[in-house]
Amino acid sequence: MSTPEADLSLFIPIIQTNPLAWKMRQNASGFAPLNQKYGQNDKEEYNEGDALHRALEHIRTVKEKGAVEERHLQTVEDIAWKSGLAPEDIDTLLDVALSGPFAEAVKTRMLKCLIPATLIPESAVVRAFSRLCASNCSNNTKVLFFRWLIAMFDFIDGKEEMNSLYGFFFSFLQEETMSCYICNFLYLLTKRENVKPFRVRKLLEFQSKVGMQPYLQALLSLYRSFCPDLITISLPPKRKFYFKTTDSIWQAAVCIVKERNQKSPLPSVKLTIGTAYSHPQKKKWNSGCVIPMPTSSHVSKEEQDEEGDSSSLEVMLSGQKSFPLEQLHTFSQLLDNIQDVELPSQMCSVLKSAPLLHYLNCIQDETVWLRLSYWMSQELKEGCTWCKVSNYTSEEEFRKFLDIIISAQCFLQEGFPSSEVFLYKSLPLWDGISCRTEYLQLLSWIPLGNFSEIKPLLCDSLTQLFFTSSIYHKCSVLYSLKQLLENWLLWHAMKVSMKSTLSISADTPMIALNSVSELIYYVGWLSTIALRLEKNSSFLLHFILDFFEMVSDMYLNYNLPLVVIFPRGVFYPALLTSDSIALNRLCYIMYRYRVNLTASKENALIYQERLKFNKTYQEFNEYVTALVDCLWTSTSFEKDHYLYIDPQILEKTKIREYKKSLNLINHPALLPYSINFLLQVKGWPNEKELSLSSIQKKKWNWYLDYLLLEELHGLHLFMESSLDIADSASSAHTHPAHKTPKTCMSEPV
Amino acid sequence: MDSSNVPEFTPKHGVPPRLRDYFTGASSFQRQLASVRKQTPFGQTPSRRKIPQCSPLQENIDPQKIAFLLHKQWTLYTLTPMYRFSYTNLKQYSTLLKCFLAAEKQKGLAVEMGEDFNFKVTFSTLSGMKGTHRDPAAFLIQIVSKSQQSSKNAEDKVVWTGWFCCVYGDSLLENVPDDFTCLPLFLANGAESNTALIGTWFQKTFDCRFTRLTISAFNLSWMAAMWTSCNMEHYGTATELLWSVPCSPQSLDISYAINPEDAKALWDGVHQTPEEITQEEVDLFIDCLCSHFHRHFKINLSATRLVCVSTSVASAHTDGKIKILCSKYLIGVLAFLTELAIFQIE
Repeated sequence: MSTPEADLSLFIPIIQTNPLAWKMRQNASGFAPLNQKYGQNDKEEYNEGDALHRALEHIRTVKEKGAVEERHLQTVEDIAWKSGLAPEDIDTLLDVALSGPFAEAVKTRMLKCLIPATLIPESAVVRAFSRLCASNCSNNTKVLFFRWLIAMFDFIDGKEEMNSLYGFFFSFLQEETMSCYICNFLYLLTKRENVKPFRVRKLLEFQSKVGMQPYLQALLSLYRSFCPDLITISLPPKRKFYFKTTDSIWQAAVCIVKERNQKSPLPSVKLTIGTAYSHPQKKKWNSGCVIPMPTSSHVSKEEQDEEGDSSSLEVMLSGQKSFPLEQLHTFSQLLDNIQDVELPSQMCSVLKSAPLLHYLNCIQDETVWLRLSYWMSQELKEGCTWCKVSNYTSEEEFRKFLDIIISAQCFLQEGFPSSEVFLYKSLPLWDGISCRTEYLQLLSWIPLGNFSEIKPLLCDSLTQLFFTSSIYHKCSVLYSLKQLLENWLLWHAMKVSMKSTLSISADTPMIALNSVSELIYYVGWLSTIALRLEKNSSFLLHFILDFFEMVSDMYLNYNLPLVVIFPRGVFYPALLTSDSIALNRLCYIMYRYRVNLTASKENALIYQERLKFNKTYQEFNEYVTALVDCLWTSTSFEKDHYLYIDPQILEKTKIREYKKSLNLINHPALLPYSINFLLQVKGWPNEKELSLSSIQKKKWNWYLDYLLLEELHGLHLFMESSLDIADSASSAHTHPAHKTPKTCMSEPV
Repeated sequence: MDSSNVPEFTPKHGVPPRLRDYFTGASSFQRQLASVRKQTPFGQTPSRRKIPQCSPLQENIDPQKIAFLLHKQWTLYTLTPMYRFSYTNLKQYSTLLKCFLAAEKQKGLAVEMGEDFNFKVTFSTLSGMKGTHRDPAAFLIQIVSKSQQSSKNAEDKVVWTGWFCCVYGDSLLENVPDDFTCLPLFLANGAESNTALIGTWFQKTFDCRFTRLTISAFNLSWMAAMWTSCNMEHYGTATELLWSVPCSPQSLDISYAINPEDAKALWDGVHQTPEEITQEEVDLFIDCLCSHFHRHFKINLSATRLVCVSTSVASAHTDGKIKILCSKYLIGVLAFLTELAIFQIE
């Protein structure tokens, strides 16, 4: 059995994937045109085709053994390895090789150069196979033919006729020398209708003769997957490869030929069995967090309906068409077979298979989700390392398991109900550390529901953990809550867009509105306290502003008729921060609020609810005024302003011009900019020392441009939108203090 | 071909149905969520239960079969609802399971369906083993190794036994569609390797999930009280409670045996509400036993953990092993175990 393998390299030239090597080889052989200039490709091909034609013609007309001219054979070989053979040439050469009066070595050479340029016609294979059966070819030739068939299986343009010869192929199993190749070929060819009881019996007979051979195990397991009621086999868990590696030289040759012909190479034949059974099963049989591979259902509905021993035969005869899951790997396979796809015997296996998740997404069957749900809730409970139901799983395993669930949720863009329930049940026991990233991601997939229902289950425990944990934990919780908000907004946007196609109850939008606003209030409350606890850490502030940046744009981005302004506890820390980026983001968020509020004025629903919205406008106006007071007009400490401080106290601080201490020049977050600005415009005549108060008039405008150059776009956008710049031309030269805030006026009620 | 076999595929729908849509309204998910809301994370079990009674249906059980189930140590498992299990196919299941076992035992060798082996697998229903008519019928699986002698007299040996049951499983049943069979309690006796193989086959075939059912100290104290309250004509064994002292390197067990009549007398003193047992009574009963122990040995049992309870009715161990001794209260014991199993899978 090993001989055909060994002598292959004697005849097949060693192919280098480097195209340069090809050229060199062409030159060396002397058959290729000598001048290989770029523009002469057409001519070359013409010559090539001609030469091939002549050579094949010669080979075909050879009448007796040994009469074949080496020159022609060489031509065919060279062209085949270089550019591949056209379908009709393959047909000719294959036919001649198996029927012509050639020496063994010549036949072998011919078979080896059967490299398709495009596809192999199925008729050629069928004809060749009948030649093989009829004439008495040597075993070597047969083996080589089957090896070629296996390597080229994907390039054969049809399989139907070949499949109708299944019985003949099957009968070749009797020849032990080639049985491993026959098994491999049958593995590729077998369809459900080919699996018959008598063949099963034959295979089992063969098994008793040769024992446990991997190639036979593979074929048997394929039979099992088609007809689990006829045969069963349990494969040893360690084995990964069941067939000898396919002839890689041929495959490489095909790849190079395709590459030369500038077509993307077809995917090579993949044996599915290797991956399907490779996962180690060292663990206890019912330990948690093991997701099986998708396998076809072992007990089909037919069997359930029929009783008695004849049932299996009837199933056979009924020729039920279904596509085995073991072979479903790509989306296109799913599309081709979507009517025949079976559901897996264990629903949880869909988590690992993207095509199956696609499939589940478009079938309507409650039981599917229920099966998944039963399994998942058990698995989560068993695996959860901090609930300590069992000690079967390590934290690492549980983390991986959660990852799989999360990626499936991301894929479906929806949370599983069982993971939601798990979250609620396990949150009170969570230490806030184990599997933090993964666990908090579960949180972001809580479905949009009534927040007042979710709140007692989620927020009580989460709040406690939040306040007692590190700043990093706080940030990751805020990040997940932002993801949660985003998911809710997306769901809502989708619901609204499909409102016309599906009837949804009228109160859904109201529930969504309430839940979203309650979530925002909750996060606002968390943020306010967190900022105090963490001493206004700018790291934390960025996560908070991240959240509210999304909130500010809800109306325009997600079509949600709702504008919720952030709480004072977030606004003022962000205003008084020493972090210029935070201040800039604050201005940007204020700018987005204005854009959204202005746009929402036209919305009918908001118009109806304008009483409620008046408060929103008031809040917004307060913030705009405060912002402008601080940064521009320097009136923030005056009476009736939010930041009012008794002047006597302020005097005691001994800060000169304390009024201006929070304006665009002196604000702690912007001070570096103003100083840097002054340093850059030094050389200003008659100035010995840097004086911040010198930024006035013309210089003030330069300074504003400078801030924009420093990427403080938020500040700029806010300034453009919220400052009364009707008289911008003249005000450019006036003192900044003359600017007045442009507040967003609510509609008169 | 039954049309229900093929999942309905509706390409007409522009938008795929959302997962949540399947779980809206009165469907199971809402109930599940509601059950989360009701319960604290550990779950509050009911604070009062009925005193175990004989079920009128129990009379239907073959006394031989009952005798077979008694006095054996069973390892407890919970089982999620089985998808498309059918009682009419038990014979076929036994063939499939037998071949599966054969294939697993000689890994790598294919096995033809219906081949003969030196063992057989039988499925049989245990009719009457239920609390209400709604409970699905319990069934029993046995692996019997055939004796090598061909003579008929040679007895077949039962190698492994397992049974599935659901007694008063209403709370689970009402949530589950017809495609599923709810037998949340599985009891196995025999080699663990066999349990593993059979469990695997069930998990693969009926898309269910087995989990070990462990019994918390809290539930063990309930068992102690419930089983003490049973009226027995004669007591087979002493009432014995086992407490585990967590100390290294080896844990120390304290066995506390009481004359069953004394235990009953103590219970009757504690017990007030007829036909019902309340949480307070259970606590009081255990507290009395503990304080009695403390008076004599100055050991505070409440600082240790109850791990085993054995009475004349049944004995149960915290790691999920049970032995049922009295046929009269078989259904009562199973009802409580079913309740625990349902609690675990919900």
